[in-house]
Amino acid sequence: MRALCWHGKEKVQVDTVPDPKILNPRDAVIRITSTAICGSDLHLYNGVVKTMEAGDILGHEFMGEVVETGSEVKKLMVGDRVVVPFTIACGQCLSCQQEFFSLCDNSNPNAWIPEKAYGDTTAGLFGFSHMLGGYAGGQAEYVRVPFADVGPLKVTSGIPDEKLLFLSDIFPTGYAAVERCKIKHGDVVAVWGCGPVGQMAIRSASILGAAKVIGIDRYASRLALAEKGGAETINYQECEDLEQEIKSRTGGRGPDVCVDAVGMEAHGTTAMAKIDRVKHAMLLETDRPYVLRQVIQCCRKGGRVSIPGVYVGLVDKFPIGTAFSKGLTLTMGQTHMQKYMKPLFDLVEAGRIDPSEIITHRVSLEDAPAAYRLFRDEKNEAVKFVLKPGAPKIMPERN
Amino acid sequence: METSLTINRTPDELFGFWRNFENLPRVMEHVESVTILDERRSLWRVRRPGEDVIEWDSEVINEHPNELIAWRTLEGSDVHHAGTIRFSPAPGGQGTEVKLTVEYEVAGGKFIAALAKLFRRSPEQQMREDLRHFKQIMEAGEIPTTIGQPAGREENKTEKYEEAK
Repeated sequence: MRALCWHGKEKVQVDTVPDPKILNPRDAVIRITSTAICGSDLHLYNGVVKTMEAGDILGHEFMGEVVETGSEVKKLMVGDRVVVPFTIACGQCLSCQQEFFSLCDNSNPNAWIPEKAYGDTTAGLFGFSHMLGGYAGGQAEYVRVPFADVGPLKVTSGIPDEKLLFLSDIFPTGYAAVERCKIKHGDVVAVWGCGPVGQMAIRSASILGAAKVIGIDRYASRLALAEKGGAETINYQECEDLEQEIKSRTGGRGPDVCVDAVGMEAHGTTAMAKIDRVKHAMLLETDRPYVLRQVIQCCRKGGRVSIPGVYVGLVDKFPIGTAFSKGLTLTMGQTHMQKYMKPLFDLVEAGRIDPSEIITHRVSLEDAPAAYRLFRDEKNEAVKFVLKPGAPKIMPERN
Repeated sequence: METSLTINRTPDELFGFWRNFENLPRVMEHVESVTILDERRSLWRVRRPGEDVIEWDSEVINEHPNELIAWRTLEGSDVHHAGTIRFSPAPGGQGTEVKLTVEYEVAGGKFIAALAKLFRRSPEQQMREDLRHFKQIMEAGEIPTTIGQPAGREENKTEKYEEAK
């Protein structure tokens, strides 16, 4: 099959590789009909995530059709149309039974690495380093899906792929980021970063009953998309003092809920390489700890801070005194996908949200190398790429 | 050496699986077979590709149903060790706390080194992985793996991580 493989920093290419097969009784194999590039894939592209190996297949936002099932798969049948969550969960450990699916005890074959780095293991993910399981990803024609009765959501309606595809990650991730802050009547929600997750958080905040949503970014097209999603916006590059601007828009209080949809990643958090303190911003290319500090500084006292943006290492000068003094509640982590997919599918089906409105590029899987580069370098132009396996190549090569 | 994990099964389910030692090659990757000799004694065969088979006879020296199994190797075995596995209900009925303790008697001063070579990892980490595999089998019904999946490379580097445990 054809698959987008990582071959080092800024080097990805579509290779012909063997087709995946069933390796365990609870596996299924899916033929992928649509797959996307996530903002977090850019960390892999930029070479800042350790425990990647040349040849690893990327991609963790995909959907398709079941073509093969293992002997212990009971709920899925060949021919079923499914959206697959990026988190792999066994469904039967205590973490899964408490709906902490992204903390599954049993799905990471390399559990020993996060166990040494973080003190415990978390779920395996598709296409996101060997520390997180080393599972081949879904920017490919086919993918093997472990624990296939637990993750994939069967979708039988006639809704097109592109309205459902983001149930695989960014819609639940943006939604959960706001939902876990328990929106109350009259709450103002501010979202730092109007990338794909921020866009989903903005739309979810309105659905969850926020009185006002503020989107913060520096790219005009992303701010326009946030406005389309119901937010008022701030271009932080155009205001002198972001904190004052936010205060002035909230009667001096600050937002009740602040969402860091930017995140930060650090080099070398594996057991094999000592954790160092190199920080790397996600989506917004500002000073690394800047957004997290700002979110805590701006949040209303007694408010809630939610961190869907990815952090993997250490940060300097975390303003714990500010968070403590204002009595903030912090909530964070990878999304417990399996808990959210069905209710959010229902919202899409009911027409309450159309996640596809953030798509800027629909191209072939064969275009993926050019798409990665454009997505990283032209954030105003490119918000979200959807890749179609088997479609003809349409993007010019870029250097 | 001691390691603990909580497993989302009852003590009697876990005790029942472990006490049938012939089940243990499923969770102990280097154990090729266990043969039950009688109610208390069993024969263990461990093999690494390209290496000699190591065998030992093991004897149950203490046993409390659904709580504890203790064993030690018999005189004349290639390997000398003693171990205990304890099962106790976790607070709030949230599964069973399982504690595995193993002591090695150094036979001729060479045994630990031989064991490390055999397992390609520290005996402590090997014990941890064996207990983790027990949990994975009891909860998920299978041990997660990526060995055999596709990648855009010749050699399988995935195995590097799974074998580096």
